[in-house]
Order: sequence, then C-alpha cells, then structure tokens
Amino acid sequence: MEQQIVKVKNKRGVRVIPGFGLTMGVTLAMLGTLVLIPLASIFISASKLDFKEFVSVVTSRQVVSGYVVSLSGAFWAALVNGIFGTILAWVLVRYDFPGKRLMDGLIELPFALPTAVAGISLTYLYSDKGWIGALFARIGIKIAYTRIGIVIAMVFVGIPFVVRTIQPVLQKLDRQYEEAAMMLGAGRVYTFFRVVLPELFPALLAGFGLAFARGIGEYGSVVFIAGNIPYKTQIAPLLIMAKLEQYKYSDATAIALVLLLVSFLLMLVVNSVQIHMQRFSKG
Amino acid sequence: MYVEMKQINKTFDGFHASRDVSFGVEKGHLAALLGPSGSGKTTILRMIAGLDKPDSGDILIDGKRVNDVPGSKRGIGFVFQNYALFRYMTVADNIAFGLEVQKKSKAEIKSRVEELLELVSMEELGKRYPHQLSGGQKQRVAFARALAPNPQLLLLDEPFAAIDAKVRRELRTWLKEMIGQVKVTSIFVTHDQEEAVEVADTVIVTNQGRIEQVGTPEEVCRQPKTEFVREFIDSERFEAMAAVRGKQIRQ
Amino acid sequence: MEKEKQKTYEQDVIGDGVQSLQKVIAPHKEEGGRGVKYALIGISAAFLFVMLVLPLAVVISNAFRDGWMVFREAVMDEYTVKALQLTLLAAISAVTVNTIFGIFASYLLSKYYFRGRQVLASLIDIPFSISPVIAGLVFILTFGNVGWMGEFLKSHDIKIVFAVPGVVLATIFVTFPFVFRELFPVMNAQGKDEEEAAALMGAGGFRIFRRITLPHIKWALLYGIVLCSARAMGEFGAVSVISGHLRGKTNTLPLHVEILYNEFNTTAAFAVSSILVVLAVVILIIRSLIQQKGKER
Repeated sequence: MEQQIVKVKNKRGVRVIPGFGLTMGVTLAMLGTLVLIPLASIFISASKLDFKEFVSVVTSRQVVSGYVVSLSGAFWAALVNGIFGTILAWVLVRYDFPGKRLMDGLIELPFALPTAVAGISLTYLYSDKGWIGALFARIGIKIAYTRIGIVIAMVFVGIPFVVRTIQPVLQKLDRQYEEAAMMLGAGRVYTFFRVVLPELFPALLAGFGLAFARGIGEYGSVVFIAGNIPYKTQIAPLLIMAKLEQYKYSDATAIALVLLLVSFLLMLVVNSVQIHMQRFSKG
Repeated sequence: MYVEMKQINKTFDGFHASRDVSFGVEKGHLAALLGPSGSGKTTILRMIAGLDKPDSGDILIDGKRVNDVPGSKRGIGFVFQNYALFRYMTVADNIAFGLEVQKKSKAEIKSRVEELLELVSMEELGKRYPHQLSGGQKQRVAFARALAPNPQLLLLDEPFAAIDAKVRRELRTWLKEMIGQVKVTSIFVTHDQEEAVEVADTVIVTNQGRIEQVGTPEEVCRQPKTEFVREFIDSERFEAMAAVRGKQIRQ
Repeated sequence: MEKEKQKTYEQDVIGDGVQSLQKVIAPHKEEGGRGVKYALIGISAAFLFVMLVLPLAVVISNAFRDGWMVFREAVMDEYTVKALQLTLLAAISAVTVNTIFGIFASYLLSKYYFRGRQVLASLIDIPFSISPVIAGLVFILTFGNVGWMGEFLKSHDIKIVFAVPGVVLATIFVTFPFVFRELFPVMNAQGKDEEEAAALMGAGGFRIFRRITLPHIKWALLYGIVLCSARAMGEFGAVSVISGHLRGKTNTLPLHVEILYNEFNTTAAFAVSSILVVLAVVILIIRSLIQQKGKER
C-alpha cells in the first residue's frame, strides 16, 4: 500500500497506442464527478465561513483536545506499528517457518475486517471484563475508555501499512551488502542498524506516515473503545460527527478543514520522501 | 531510393537528437545505422517507424511523404530491442497477430504462420510461450512476427544487443541470409562497427545527431570522410574481416 | 541450447563464488542466529495473536455465548437481512464503478506520457488519505439541505442524503482508488513495449487491451475487486454520516452492528459481526489463493 510514484519512462515520442483520448476522458470524468466535485464542496462551504467564527470553533477547548487526542494517539500507534511492522516484515521476508503463509495473510485482516466490528471486539477484549482487560485491571491499568485504548485501536488499523511498505523494499535489498558487512567483521546487530536500517528508512518513514494518516482519520474502530469522554477521549472525527448530529454544519466544516489540511500535509511529506528515495536509489 | 530522410531535425527537452539528417536507403538494401550511444541513431529509426515525430524535415517511403501517416499505416515491420514479444501468446499467436489485425482468413493465417515458422526454423516451437525460449529463439520469433504481414520495410533496433557474444555472430549471419532471402528493404541500429560492416550493404555513421558518412562498408573503412569515422571504425579489423568475408563468399 | 550453455556458465562461475562466500559466512550466521530468528518469529506471532487473532476469537465466542437460537434469531432478523441487502447493493455498485475506473486510469497512467501524470495519480489517492467521516461530510455539503445542489435536488424531489443513493455514493468514494492501486503497479512494471508493438501492427485499442494487457493484469484485477468488495462492505464512518441510520432503509450491516451494540444488545451485535468476520476471512483466503496463482505464472 505504498504511495505510487509514476515513473516517467519514455518522455519522448508519439502516442502510438490508440485510446489516449478515451482513457483520459473516462478517468477525468469519473474522478471529477465522484471525488473532486464532492470534495470541492468542503472548500466552497469553508469559504462561506466567517474567519472569526472559524478560529473560535477550531480553537475551542473541546476541538483542540480532539485534535490532540487524534494526533497523539495516531502518532504513538504509528510508532508501535513502525517497530512491530519492521520486525514482521523482516520475519516474513527473511525466515522460513511453518505457518508463514497464514501469518502473511493475517496482516491484511485490518483491510478486510469492517472497522465497526474491530471496534466493538477490541472494546470487549480490553474492557475490565475482557480477556486482556481483566489482566491489566488487576494491576490497576485501565485500557478501554482511555487513550491507551485509542492507541490500540489505531495500531490495529495501521498494521498492514508499515508491513506492506517495507516488505517489497526488503525483498529487493541485496543481501550482498549484509554479507559484505559481515565479512568485514561486523556483528549482526551492528550490521542491521548500520547497513539494513538506513536502506529501509525511507520505506519505514513512508509506512509510518501512512499509518499516522490513517490513525488521524480513523473513526469506526476507535469510537467504541474511546468511550468519548469530553476533553479526554474524544477524537476529532467524532466531534465532526457530533456537530453534524446537532446540524451545526459550519462547525463541522471548520473542524474537518483543519483535519483535511493536516492529512494533506502528511501525504505531501510522505510523497516527497518517496520521490527523494527514488532519486536516491537511482543515483 | 526507397527510404529517404531530408533535412530532419529533432530535439527532446533541449537535447538535439537529430541535426539536418539526410540520407537514403535503396530498395532491397540492408542498411546499418552505426554510432556510439547517444548519437541519435535510435531516434532516426523511431522517426521512420512513426514512433517519434521530427520537428522539421521530410521522411519519404517509396517516394511518398509519410510524416503525417501513422506508424501502423507505413507498411513497416519493427523488431524491438528487447523483442516486445506478447508474453501471454504462443509463438504462433505472436506471428499471427499482425495478420489477425488485417482480418485475414483463418486458413490464410495458418498457412502464413507455418511458412514463417519454417523460414526461421522453429516449426516445432509454435506452441511455446516466449518465456520458454532462448534469446536467439526470441529474436527469430520477433523477426518472423515483423515479417508476417509482408512489410515493405523492416526496421530493427539493436537486434543483437540482448544476445550473448557467442551466439551473436551466428545470428547475424543468419539474419543477413534471411533478409537476402525475403528481399525486404531493412535498416538496423547498432553500436558495434564489426556488426555493421559485416552485415550491411550500406553503413550510415551517426555522431552527436549528425550523419558523418554514408557508404558501403569498404568506403566507410577505407575512405573515412571525417576524423570521427576514422577513429570510430578500426580499419585494421575491417581488413581482417574482409579477408574472412572473401573466403566465405568463395566458399 | 543457448539457455543451457548460459546456465552452466552461471553455475560454474557465479555459483561457485556464492557457495564459497556462504562457506565463509555460514559459521558466522549460525552463532546466535537461530536464537534471534525464533525470538523474532515469536514476537511477531505474539503481536499478531493479541492484535488480530484475539479480536476475531472474541467476535465468534460472543456470537454464540447465549446459544445457537439467539445467534440464529439475530442473524435472521428482518432488519439484519435488509441491512445485508443494502450492504451488498452498495458493495456491488462500488466494485463495478471502481473497477471500470481502475482499468481506465491505470491504463492511462502506465501506457501514455503526458504532463501532470504525477498530479493525477495523487488526486486519485485522495480518498485514501482522508477521514471517512470527512468523506461522508462532503456529500452532505454537496447534496444535503445546506449543500450547493440541495435546492436543485429538493425542487426535483430527489433524495440523496439520508437515502440509499447517498450510502452508495459514499461507499464508492471511500473505496475509489482500490482497484487502481492494485492494477497500476502491475501495468507500470509491464511497460508498454508489447502494446506499442501491437499498435504498430495496426491493432485497435480494444484489441490491444483484451489480447495483451488483460492477460497480464488478470490476477491483480481479481485481487483488486476482492479487496474493494471487502472495504465496501465494511465501510462505517462515511456511511454513518450520510445514512441517517434509518432502520430497514438506510442501514448497512456495520451500522446495524453499531445500533445493536449501543442498545446493549451485545450478543446480537457480535452475531451480526460474525457474518462480517466470516466474509473477511473468506476474502483473505481468496486473496491468498490469488496471490499463489499469480506467483505461479
């Protein structure tokens, strides 16, 4: 699920293959009517907002705490996924063991399982009465209905992103580098951190960025386990939802606009990292 | 002249790929576009094929200006550098494709495919897929596929580049014989002077987008017109080769 | 013939080199290598078990905790069946639309060069990077009472928001890039030489696609369709915003799960969820099979 970089292979030449006009027409028409025009509505609505009102909405205590909960939760979840995702990708690419195919297939579960189902299931699992929640309750740690619970739900939805971005890079990584390092007497750990990790880093960062973005916008799996306690565990998408239920459309638009800009910015960073990475690997 | 290039100019993003390129290839001749990489030889071939458009100048095939005729209507066969065989079609289907497009009858297609398989000595391999073939066999299929619709002009882009050195020599002798047999006007691109001199009737030497010299292999080797041609073509090796060639002809 | 020769050459020269290199490294690898390997596999397995397997187990065990009859009742409930129907309708529409789009867009971006390809590719990815709640919101802001098309729709008595068309549109939006994302890398890696060769022989666009491109992408296409259906059936946030939660009318299966859960009808919620879990597992199995098939080629 890495960002796609369009390769400019053949800049020159006539378009020999027939169908350019048709494919361009269909692509633009569908993209325009189904995605871009609806998306433009949010900017149209936003342009009607009074600037003062906009500022007062997005800086209100509740909304700011919503942003903080979403962003910090997504950040920690992406970090956890960065670490475990790297280990998982490594294990899946480099080792052979029984059940490897099953493990590889499971990675995609968060893509296939509806977020609402994941949400209620995780809530049950980590509540005081749940299989895992009960264990932690004994040592006085509450997971469900706290920010820890939010992080766990975001970890769940983000797992495939990191693994699936690193896997192909690791597969292509020439083992000769490692072998060369080892022949020079470097140990395994040293080799991993000095030789392998720098090669994986751009992919890791991209995967981190994607998981981060997914976490910020995530609603279905988080909303149940979060418990939605004002100022504590209300995520930003929930606030948009709440405003809509009160028919406060302009407030919802204002909150959404900030969230939208954050995720666009994040995607921009991920994209430029990947473009940079591609140039780097070419040179 | 069957193919004529007149005052062709072409630039890509400020890079001058062709500067006042003019030359002609006679009907039935086998011409080589010879030059170092980046000298503009492939661009010339692609322009004749209609894969690229010149900025100015005229391209004439059989006396007609074809600048605005799409490549598929110029009556050419094209052999791509990496052959571009259709991976999901058998050898026979690859060869039949051009005929299918022309809506030939099934019986006609079948007999033509058989004829071509025989020509390239691959009668037994018609049902194979490209990935089951060696490099030399792939090239022969690409050649047969290009010839199937009876083109008046055959263009080959670095036809031997993807083949290892040992087989290359065999294959180019084979190609020369084949082209002689089918009597189709042909132009091929190469950076290997030995290849050009050994195979072609006419050698067109290119350098930095310009044509340095057009002539027979003998002319290019013995009377180089420019300093570049003198340096690029090793005449000693040519003499040795000419001797070998003479022997072959005598035999 | 040539191939064989090459092979023996590789074995002779390159193969020996690799083997001797391995001999040098092998002892190095063994010491502690095993331990690290099993530790890492253990960590991975434990992580996946806690994060992915246990949630699945929770759904299944809770679905049946009050016995088979309760499960049956929840699953056969009139509203559940209606929700399933709407979910399937939305999923089929989304898959159809997005498959058509995916094929055209990936063909466009991999076979032709034009200015702005990179921009176009980024635009296609937008639905992927925005919150599903915002995806629902944009349709309310377009077609709802406050939306710029609201007046027009009202005067023509067309309902989109809080109605089935809205649910379908939101589902299409959220899963828009899925098929494209599966197809594009495969088509791009294939290059366009074969298509160009066919075009030079005078083949038309449709023939080129059917005979040359399609055989190449068929497994990716199938996988994209499967993945897109999974996401379309499971979409929650966007649909939740736009559906209005009208039971039996605009409720999809995931929304139905939410309602049951919020009514403290937990067993029924898990029972309905178990349908979706089974669908997800089936999809993963299909995916695995497709991938295997694709590798064999």
